Amino acid sequence: MSSPSIVSNGGASGSAQAPRRTIDVVNASLKRRHAQERRFRFLGAIAVLLGLLFVAILFIDIVVKGHTAFRQTYIHVPVDFDAVTLDPTGERDPQTLANADYAGLIKASMRKLFPDITDRRELRELYALVSVGAAQELQRMVLAHPSVVGTTRDIWVLAGADVDMLMKGHIDRDLPESDRRIKDSSLALLDRMIADGRIEKRLNWGFLTNGTSREPEMAGIAGALMGSFYTLTLTLLFSFPIGVGAALYLEEFAAKNRWTDLIEVNINNLAAVPSIVFGLLGLAVFINVFGVPRSTPLVGALVLTLMTLPTIIIASRAALKSVPPSIREAALGVGASPLQTQFHHVLPLAMPGMMTGTIIGMAQALGETAPLLMIGMIAFIVDVPSGFTDAATVLPVQIFLWADSPERGFVERTSAAIMVLLGFLILMNLVAIILRRRFERRW
Amino acid sequence: MHSTTLLLILLALVALAYHIGRKRAVATAGGAGRINTLHSLPAYYGFYAALWAAVPALLLLMLWSGIQDSVVTALVKSQLPTETVEGLSQGQLSLLLSDVKNLAQGNMLSGEATPEIQAAAAHYTRLKQLANYALWLLVLGVALGGMALALRQTKPEMRARNRVESIVLGIMIVFSSIAILTTLGIVLSVLFESLLFFQKISALEFFFGTQWSPQTAMRADQVAAEGSFGAVPLFTGTLLVSAIAMLVAVPIGLMSAIYLSEYAPRHVRSWAKPVLEVLAGIPTVVYGFFAALTVAPAIRGWGEALGLAVASESALAAGLVMGIMIIPFVSSLSDDVINAVPQAMRDGSYALGATQSETVRRVIIPAALPGIVGGILLAVSRAIGETMIVVMAAGLTANLTANPLDSVTTVTVQIVTLLTGDQEFDSAKTLAAFALGLTLFLVTLTLNVIALHIVRKYREQYE
Repeated sequence: MSSPSIVSNGGASGSAQAPRRTIDVVNASLKRRHAQERRFRFLGAIAVLLGLLFVAILFIDIVVKGHTAFRQTYIHVPVDFDAVTLDPTGERDPQTLANADYAGLIKASMRKLFPDITDRRELRELYALVSVGAAQELQRMVLAHPSVVGTTRDIWVLAGADVDMLMKGHIDRDLPESDRRIKDSSLALLDRMIADGRIEKRLNWGFLTNGTSREPEMAGIAGALMGSFYTLTLTLLFSFPIGVGAALYLEEFAAKNRWTDLIEVNINNLAAVPSIVFGLLGLAVFINVFGVPRSTPLVGALVLTLMTLPTIIIASRAALKSVPPSIREAALGVGASPLQTQFHHVLPLAMPGMMTGTIIGMAQALGETAPLLMIGMIAFIVDVPSGFTDAATVLPVQIFLWADSPERGFVERTSAAIMVLLGFLILMNLVAIILRRRFERRW
Repeated sequence: MHSTTLLLILLALVALAYHIGRKRAVATAGGAGRINTLHSLPAYYGFYAALWAAVPALLLLMLWSGIQDSVVTALVKSQLPTETVEGLSQGQLSLLLSDVKNLAQGNMLSGEATPEIQAAAAHYTRLKQLANYALWLLVLGVALGGMALALRQTKPEMRARNRVESIVLGIMIVFSSIAILTTLGIVLSVLFESLLFFQKISALEFFFGTQWSPQTAMRADQVAAEGSFGAVPLFTGTLLVSAIAMLVAVPIGLMSAIYLSEYAPRHVRSWAKPVLEVLAGIPTVVYGFFAALTVAPAIRGWGEALGLAVASESALAAGLVMGIMIIPFVSSLSDDVINAVPQAMRDGSYALGATQSETVRRVIIPAALPGIVGGILLAVSRAIGETMIVVMAAGLTANLTANPLDSVTTVTVQIVTLLTGDQEFDSAKTLAAFALGLTLFLVTLTLNVIALHIVRKYREQYE
């Protein structure tokens, strides 16, 4: 790197030959220096390209893995809602209907589809083609419309996870049978059904409306989405007033003394404390000392509030700083009290900046996982939560849980959940950018 | 009777208080035409009443919710028949109590529901209900009382605005102190549990021991290996992963910052910079997924092609992806400090005949060095504290190795594994997580303080 210094030996060493002029030394070195310049510039461009490449690979990888989850394989089965097996009493009592043997119903329907199969083992393989969720689906149908009992309907039922993976090409047909999740006999059955048009990939609404499940084909993100919604709502309710109040006090009212210095240093440091430490705080203080119920959006929101506060306070102070002092002076000049000045004149002008900061803080909170693991939001919860004190999980934690599941079907679910999460984050950031563009005033 | 309902009723009461307070102020002044005899605008009398209705009631609600659970549990505990409680260890007692609570809430029990547990559960349910009624009565009573108190004081000469403003100011001061309370809470909670840990395990063993296998026996009669808590493998694992991350992030981040601020045309900069910053906004769990399912298998595949033994959860995969995550962090901080170098220094260098890269290397980088170092320190602290990527992509076994192809574990991974699922709170295993947390907090805090100090000093230099 260290090229000889440019001017030092110019003209001084002239004892043996004719004195060399500085310009000659410079010219002699120019080629090398320009090559160096090009190299440096090339390295910089490579660095930027690498960064951009990583962004592209990340997004492409997720989309390639996840887009298939939005379609799901269904099997078209004629189901005979036999009145005798479903409702022996004939009273259409919801209790009886709810407890009927729907799994048996599905099995009977599948047998009817392939009357030639009688072998026990083959029958078991036949039943496995349909998801266990299909029975629940039928139950829901019967409970909603008891009139279907006694009729035969053609129904698209959820296929099992292995069938789904095969249809999406994630199971290689060319592998030897012993290495394959689907055996040759099942494959033959499937091929017959495909030829009959009984297998189809349809839009997967279940992914958005179901809670999580141990079966990949039935797992959805509704529970996690609602959990995230409740948690973020509370986080916003807590952190926005506190953040704005703190920023207002620190920026406009606080005297410059040791105490406010301490607060400032604290806020800056908290912004850089690892998020998992906030989880430890939540576990030790909120759950063990104050008895806030574990796993709930409430305790999650408390932890996330403490985490996002520094972001909101720093952004809000910047927004307050950008309001010119003349506004304050004018308000004070016509007799407004200091608080009236702030609330009636300064705060409305600073509000877009504060909201931008708050949205960015909320986006951080939406993507946060580690502290929530500490406070028990990692539990396996099938039900969609319906309140702030129900046990819940949130979208990023759901992603973490699914990513840990060994079933192949969860890979696409995880990627699809990531796509939903990233979608929300992009949306929030867009809103923040638009807010800034539309309402930010340059004085 | 849900607490959300209570809050909504309280909100309605507060709105009512505002309305009545305002009306009353106008009335005491002698009608809408004579409000100029009031000290403040009528709305301030309303705010005053509303604040009196809201603040004491909310404080009471928070305090009550904070202590209700422990008080009720203590009461249930004291009511348990002595023969059931006698001879139980602390852990068995808390298991019993959690059984009581689970039965009361209709959840699964760890054992059988004995008559004693059922009686205690009924007692618990009754006490909880009683506490709930008391809470409603007290909160609504305090709200109404506060409102009445404020309304009684409503006279034309009351300085309502000044009083409201001083209350609001007080609330704002409390809000801004929350930052300090948070730090204090972190330090105290982590420190307290760590001290308990160091009573069981010596600090010397923790900081210098090289064996980490935290599986201790949960109960005295259980057969399990004696756990050992030497955290050195965790520290080296964390350092290895962070070092790989910095090897990726610093060159790429720094060079792209230099390129974007010194070379790139304006239009390239205007879109390339935000796109790079997208990397900073992606949740870490997404990086973890990417590392575990895409990068780790790829590295393993390449390693096998070259004939190298690569662990399926190699430090290299986690470090690489963590490095990608930190790129925008390094580049935006470096960008800031590079832009802060005065233009005059660049001009001076060009005037002497230096090329652009010579200017960057010999003038700008040395001038910006303190800021860049500060930024890198912040990035290091980020890497050390990063959790999800390593939880998902690094291993669980504590290997003392410097081989990036091996599987290592980190401090954050161990905190997560020690604390998830395990509800027992006084075992050395869970306490160890807090000791690790304390170490993590202290290290990152030190790095942050140094980094922020350097960055601030640097900014002052050129301002």
